[in-house]
Amino acid sequence: MGERILEVRNLCTSFFTHEGEVKAVNDVSFHIDEQEIVAFVGESGCGKTVTQLSLLQIVPAPPGKITGGEVFFKGRDLLQHKPNSPEMRSVRGAGIAMIFQEPMTSLNPVFTVGHQLTDIIMLHRKVGHKEAWEMGIEALRSVEIPEPEVRMRNYPFELSGGMRQRVMIAMAVYCNPDIIIADEPTTALDVTTQAQVLELLVSLVKQHRKSLIIVTHNLGVVTRYVDRIYVMYAGRIIESGSTEEIMTKPRHPYTIGLLNSVPKIEKERSEKLIPIKGAPPWLIDMDPRCTFLPRCSYACEVCETKEFPKLRRLGESDHFIACHRDIAGSITGSTTGRLDSAGRHDLGGEAHG
Amino acid sequence: MAETVRENPLLKVEQLKMYFPLTKGLLSKTYSWVKAVDGISFEIYPNETFGLVGESGCGKSTTGKCAIRVLQPTEGRVVYKGRDIAGLSKSMLKPYRRELQLIFQDPYGSLNPRQSVFSILKEAVVLDRERHTAVEANERVDELLTLVGLDPDMKSRYPHEMSGGQRQRLGIARALACNPKLVVCDEPVSALDVSIQAQIVNLFRELQAKLGLTYLFIAHDLAVVRHMADRIAIMYLGKIVEVIDSDHIFREALHPYTVALLSALPTTDYYQERKRSRIILEGEVPSPVNKPAGCAFHPRCKYATETCRQVSPGLRNVGRNHCVACHNVAV
Repeated sequence: MGERILEVRNLCTSFFTHEGEVKAVNDVSFHIDEQEIVAFVGESGCGKTVTQLSLLQIVPAPPGKITGGEVFFKGRDLLQHKPNSPEMRSVRGAGIAMIFQEPMTSLNPVFTVGHQLTDIIMLHRKVGHKEAWEMGIEALRSVEIPEPEVRMRNYPFELSGGMRQRVMIAMAVYCNPDIIIADEPTTALDVTTQAQVLELLVSLVKQHRKSLIIVTHNLGVVTRYVDRIYVMYAGRIIESGSTEEIMTKPRHPYTIGLLNSVPKIEKERSEKLIPIKGAPPWLIDMDPRCTFLPRCSYACEVCETKEFPKLRRLGESDHFIACHRDIAGSITGSTTGRLDSAGRHDLGGEAHG
Repeated sequence: MAETVRENPLLKVEQLKMYFPLTKGLLSKTYSWVKAVDGISFEIYPNETFGLVGESGCGKSTTGKCAIRVLQPTEGRVVYKGRDIAGLSKSMLKPYRRELQLIFQDPYGSLNPRQSVFSILKEAVVLDRERHTAVEANERVDELLTLVGLDPDMKSRYPHEMSGGQRQRLGIARALACNPKLVVCDEPVSALDVSIQAQIVNLFRELQAKLGLTYLFIAHDLAVVRHMADRIAIMYLGKIVEVIDSDHIFREALHPYTVALLSALPTTDYYQERKRSRIILEGEVPSPVNKPAGCAFHPRCKYATETCRQVSPGLRNVGRNHCVACHNVAV
């Protein structure tokens, strides 16, 4: 792994609505190194997308506002610059590029693919129209689109969903950014197309030695490709660590719950799924205590009284959890058993302060 | 291998075809057809969950709608409890409507935003053949809410005041109001978050055990369908390519498309996921307007032969209720 390319400290983003302040991103810190692939995992509304939008300062404002924190990209703090400053503009696309979930809404329906692609290439590569067109064809070829010359003259609606997402990937990769953020890149696609697009994205990123942030709600998607995982819940990172650690030895009750809720094709069918009870909390006037408390089956007295637990390191590893307790039991993996449905489990380590 | 002897199917679909016309011009002249469902047959037995899986546009929802006569099929028979309902008129269908219910994917889109929970459920309750007094109707609404795990105090709420999971529970309660026999669940959990998904899947299973329901469970997520269904039919471009017991699908699937689907399925088992190799299918699903000749899957199939390009394979039984439509599978 190379040098640290992005370091985010204590990022806070809120939406100011009629009902009050929605703390969408609440004191989030993370980093990504060169050539690293990390994932942000969480359910809808947990703040994983807003976190990424905040890096590029493209949170819709108003009502959104970045209320605090630092975003060090290659050593300089991006939040020192105004959203529409030349500095920020030069970072977007060329420094950090983003691929969105729904390619149809991110492509302009009234211009051809070629038009939009050459626009971006001319902006970032400082070349003439003719050259840019040739480079556009090359870009489409690099994302394995058949007959790129024909496709350049097509409008977005003439392409299939998978094809559109490939165009978005071509746009993102061809600007040669250091980091690509893919926000639910395959959620709108069919399973077999999903596999194609993900394989393509990851192989391009590896080939060009870039860093990749995948934002997803699907834990299965990330298992295969990702080096590290950040799990978010109600605007905060509640667990982080290497993919192996998180997938085989999850320690936060929420992560454990998420993994338990997914039906597993290789397991016996008679096994009942273990859902997480209740629903995610409102992000207005949040309880100062642990946000997962009402849904947690491990909650104890400490959780009822103490404030939201800070992320803490487990031993010497790179595994962090935001939990007062430490549930040592693991659930996935072929060797270990599952928790009982009540979720009560002997505690491995005693509760830390 | 001996076939297991079964009772009469609750629903039997034979050679079902559903074509939608493509029209143009002032007089809406039909110039082509979308062959959404192109001659499929299956049976659903009482108390069973029959799963229907496929990618978008493969005709799985259309099949579900034809099966309970929300749509009138172009051709084919839909035999419910021994009677062909495919050609029945609206008024003739009325007695069947109560017994055949549908649960939608998007619980928000299928609930009237201006009706309260109580009003939505009461509407369904009073349609039940048993006469209800006002008090009885109230009781029945409470009973339905409790049945799907909602607090009866939620009666006065409106759909926008409920979470996605609660709305789907309400949709289920409405479908159950008339004591249906067969419930078609069209992608009932795909709009929900993972942790909520599991709650609803468990609810479906509990209700089936409690009320003796039969489900036609339609979804694109093979893992969810396998968890729910006893038997699974895999659809590709308007045709069923494989029918298999869901206990066997992981090890015994034979059709190249099913195998590819299984391989593309992301899993959360870290060690297995890191070492397993994936089959990445080439290309994309062709349009149901211009279907390829022969086997619809042949342009993406690496085993395709000359026969596959010319002759469309029929479903053949290979034993143990396992049917495959592929030329290259030996019986």
